Amino acid sequence: MGSLFGIHGDALQLRSQRLGLITSNIANAGTPGYKARDIDFAAALKASQQGAGLDQAAAGATRYRVPVMPSLDGNTVEMATEQVAFAETATAYQATLTFIRGRVETLTRALKGE
Amino acid sequence: MTMGGMTLFGVGQRAMSAQLVRMNAAASNLANAGSVTGTEGEAYRPIRPVFQTQYDRASGLSTTVVSGTQQSSAAPIKLYDPDHPLADAEGNVWAAPVDESAEMVEMLDASRQYQNLVEALSTAKQLMLETMRMK
Repeated sequence: MGSLFGIHGDALQLRSQRLGLITSNIANAGTPGYKARDIDFAAALKASQQGAGLDQAAAGATRYRVPVMPSLDGNTVEMATEQVAFAETATAYQATLTFIRGRVETLTRALKGE
Repeated sequence: MTMGGMTLFGVGQRAMSAQLVRMNAAASNLANAGSVTGTEGEAYRPIRPVFQTQYDRASGLSTTVVSGTQQSSAAPIKLYDPDHPLADAEGNVWAAPVDESAEMVEMLDASRQYQNLVEALSTAKQLMLETMRMK
C-alpha cells in the first residue's frame, strides 16, 4: 500500500483514527470527568513517514484537549470544538480519498493502454 | 473504521443507548411529577442515570455507558390535604419532589446529544461507503 499510494494510504488511516477519536469525544460529551483527546495529525503523519507503525504513530501524537472554559464536573468536551474538528477531519478524509482515487484511475488507464 | 474490537459504529450505538436511558429516566420523572403517596417513604424520588466512560484499548476509542441509576436525595414535599383519600392521621400527603424544568432541560440535552451522534455516524457511514465504492 505504501509504494502504490504514497503518503495518502497512511494519511487515510490516520484520518480515520482521528475521526474515531473525535466521535469518542462526542459520545462522552455528558460523562463527568472525561478528558477529550485528539490526534495531532501533522505529528502522527511525520512519525509514520519516519518508519513508526500507524498505531504507534497515532498513539504518540494523541494529545489531551485544552478546554476554553473548564467545567465543574471535570469534563473537557466542548461541542463546538468537536464539531469543527469532526467536519475538518471528514473533509480531509474525503480529500485524501480523492487523491487515492486519482492514483487508481491513473494506473487503470495505464493498464488499459488508452 | 479502525482495527480491533470497538468500531466507530459501536461507539455511536452505545452512546446513543446511554442517551436513550437518560431520556427514559427524565420521562419517568416527569410522568411521576405531582403523584402523591400516604407516607414519606413510599413517595417517588427522581432517578438519574450515571454515565461512565468505557475505553477500548485495542482501538483507542472510548464510548459512554450507563453504569447505574441514582435516586435523588431530595425530600418529598409534605402537603396538608386532609380530604385526600391517601392522607395519614395528621392529614398530610407526600408529593414526589420532581423539578419539571430540570427534567425538561435534561430531555433537551439528551436529544441534542443523540442528534449529534446520529450526525457523526451518518457522516462516517458516508465516508466509509465512498471508500468501499472506490474502483
